[in-house]
Amino acid sequence: MTDASKPMTDPPSEPAPSRGQWADVWDQFKVHRGAFWGMVVFGTILFLIVVGPFIYWNDPQAVPTGRDFLNLRDMRPIYVLLWDSGAKVNWLYPLGTDNLGRDTLGRLLLGGRVSIAVGITAMLLSLFLGTFIGVLAGYFRRLDGVLMRLTNLFLALPLLPLLLVAVLLFRDPLSKGFGPEGGTFILIVTLVGVTSWMQTARIVRGDVLALKEREFVLAARSIGTSPTQMILRHILPNVLSPIMVSATLGIATAIITESALSFLGFGFPPDFPTWGKLLFDAVDRMALYPERVLWPGLLISLTVLAVNYVGDGLRDALDPRIRGR
Amino acid sequence: MNMKTALLGAATALALAPMAYADGHEGERGRDGQVNIIYWQAVSTMNAYLSGGTKDLEAASLVLEPLARFNQDGELVPWLAESIPTRDNGGVAADEMSITWTLKEGLVWSDGSPVTSEDVKFSWQYCTAEGGGCSQPERYNDVVDVETPDARTAIVRFGVPKPSPYGPFVSHLSPIIQKAQFEECLGDKAPTCAEQNFNPVGTGPFKVVDFRVNDVVTFEANDLYREEGKPAFSNVTFKGGGEATAAARAVFETGEFDYAWNMQLAPDVQESMLAGGKGEFVSGFGNLVERIMINLTNPSADLPEGERATAGHPHPFLNDINVRKALSMAIDRELLVAIGYGSAGGLTCNVVNAPTIYKSSANDSCMVQDIAGANAILDEAGWARGSDGIREKDGVRLSLLYQTSTNAVRQDFQTLIKQFWGEIGVETELRNIDAGVFFGSDAGSPDTFQKFYADVEMYANTFSGTDPEAYMGQWACDQAPRPETQWQGNNMPRFCSAEYDAMVAELAGTKDAEGRATLVKAMNDMLMQNYIMLPLVDRGRVSAKSVTLGGTVMNTWDSELWNIADWYRSE
Repeated sequence: MTDASKPMTDPPSEPAPSRGQWADVWDQFKVHRGAFWGMVVFGTILFLIVVGPFIYWNDPQAVPTGRDFLNLRDMRPIYVLLWDSGAKVNWLYPLGTDNLGRDTLGRLLLGGRVSIAVGITAMLLSLFLGTFIGVLAGYFRRLDGVLMRLTNLFLALPLLPLLLVAVLLFRDPLSKGFGPEGGTFILIVTLVGVTSWMQTARIVRGDVLALKEREFVLAARSIGTSPTQMILRHILPNVLSPIMVSATLGIATAIITESALSFLGFGFPPDFPTWGKLLFDAVDRMALYPERVLWPGLLISLTVLAVNYVGDGLRDALDPRIRGR
Repeated sequence: MNMKTALLGAATALALAPMAYADGHEGERGRDGQVNIIYWQAVSTMNAYLSGGTKDLEAASLVLEPLARFNQDGELVPWLAESIPTRDNGGVAADEMSITWTLKEGLVWSDGSPVTSEDVKFSWQYCTAEGGGCSQPERYNDVVDVETPDARTAIVRFGVPKPSPYGPFVSHLSPIIQKAQFEECLGDKAPTCAEQNFNPVGTGPFKVVDFRVNDVVTFEANDLYREEGKPAFSNVTFKGGGEATAAARAVFETGEFDYAWNMQLAPDVQESMLAGGKGEFVSGFGNLVERIMINLTNPSADLPEGERATAGHPHPFLNDINVRKALSMAIDRELLVAIGYGSAGGLTCNVVNAPTIYKSSANDSCMVQDIAGANAILDEAGWARGSDGIREKDGVRLSLLYQTSTNAVRQDFQTLIKQFWGEIGVETELRNIDAGVFFGSDAGSPDTFQKFYADVEMYANTFSGTDPEAYMGQWACDQAPRPETQWQGNNMPRFCSAEYDAMVAELAGTKDAEGRATLVKAMNDMLMQNYIMLPLVDRGRVSAKSVTLGGTVMNTWDSELWNIADWYRSE
């Protein structure tokens, strides 16, 4: 990174194809099979939930009325025909309907949007907070004690009671400003973000502490680099790999936390699907309609697993010491 | 139907009842070993006077007993008393200012000491003591004194004539507690007497062995129980916690428990449970009505705290009776019953459904959904559809916030009703609140059903016993929850009508059964025709029992466990 001033010793006669750092990372990343397939799966899920609701023909929120209600409720997925030819299915409802006749596939797609949006936004927030606090604590000795005690304090905060209190205090003002769904979204994202940055902060602080003593930092300081420049130019790029990893892990945690909250019946309005809520609603009829638990459960697990693998691969790819082995 | 004959009939029924239930299952006490009961809300106290929660009251009914109970038909049966005092047998004074109870002979507490009329008197003093926070004070309304001329006689004196004097010491809500044990626990010391509240000395078939707050209560048979050979079980494990589905599985599928309370499960879920083959549902119909309450005051968050949802600020559009009527007409109650309760629910258009003499038939038109009619009413009243299909008038949009507690069946109802209301151009936002918070009555929380910071809310309510006087009084003006009452009270719609209040007063002074019935019907009709609450389902009380458990009789008027002394194991 800082060896730009090193004199080039290679003979200029053989110009190697110019390769950026990211090309190397990609080369390393794609040999990690789990990471590669994780990315494919995550990409597919993202594509489906973003584009799906526009193409898909059924309105996920519509409850059929009148005679349709009895006809359309409790429909099974089409694949049930494979072993039960008498099953109640309809090709227009590929994954069947729930006990109120709402389309399962449509709700999965819509629910995925919310779950993944919550996951990514909360991850970005916690990443920002964690990196900021971690770098400050690691770099400035005077702030270290205070910030790390603050981290410990946040580690001790229990999420559920905190959410109950926050719902009490902020729900009305937020839903007035952003609508009931928007308000809850902001509330959940903020809470998950605010209560999950501590691991990132600790990891980043540890790395910064070690980096600070390295020769290139000393060199940079000796030519008069200001602390802001030092952090942005020299420290941050070097702690990028742990940050990336905790980012991917953060998505997974946020999706799981949102699911847990929905599962407990907090959070979004009851007719607003998220994967956790779909799972929660389906538990009562698990034995009769296993598909209703299976699909949201599978999607949550797949997403979390895929994201974790991507994180794993990224760590390997971003670490120059591992790269190429 | 005459009340006196009903009571006499009840007394006769009681004499025959034990024989009928015995079914030849006689033998020595404790012969059938252990019975396991699960309540999916855990028990937090064994003192019936310190809790409003059904789970606590019913657990306490294993130990503490009243002078008289209501049986499964809502008739009074003597329990610790020798007989039911009536005007005919001289037990109720001619001026209706007093009632004389006589205790059974030879009654003893589970610690061996005799039960006397002093204990009866003390139970009244305990509940009405200053600062005691008794949760059942309405049972002792107008009681001015309890006299104890001898050890077996207690005379309850009232300040006003009481046509129906069976409030004090009747039903599991006002049992007799032991004076010797609770003497030091009067008034504000009541909640601090943990040992007494967790392990009360009683007269019931069981006594507490071990009490773990909000977890498990273990009981063993009371050796000094007054009936020979009862109870058939030697031990009871009373487990609390979890949720309805898990409790049902524990009875139907794993068979770990013999009895599970309050199976609020959708009919198809109930059916799938039955496939487990280890249990069956027991149900009974009382007066539990699932209803939507309509807020006549403005719950807007723009109003300052303390003025929000109070009488000073009328609701912007729910004060229009046409809107309320249209909301009611748009609901397909038949579908709701079929989806949510099946055979455990019935169609109803009244808030009082039982006993039959009080049931009105004036409002039955609500049983059929009428979307076209509802639309016509709104059109006529000047609520025109806007560009998004939502009706509005003078800049006020018909947009509702609809709250209820968290329960799968209730959320299904919310979704369906939102759809119905959508068809008449009313927009609905749904909210579900944890049952502990919603029914928690905490004046500091904005989410309780009393504060009602929403436009409509849904829950179920009922009354104990067969006399709806106190119940009908809930919708008097002064019963509205408001800051001055610490947000306590049962008049959730904040309904206020001088005419209705006059009828409440008239009911208190009406003696003959027929006149009372006419009045109650008129009051019910007034509430219904003002559409301040929309009854949805007449809910049965449904519990689950193991196929090997015999002798259970579902009772919707008293504790479900009222006859646990008669339960037995049938193999």
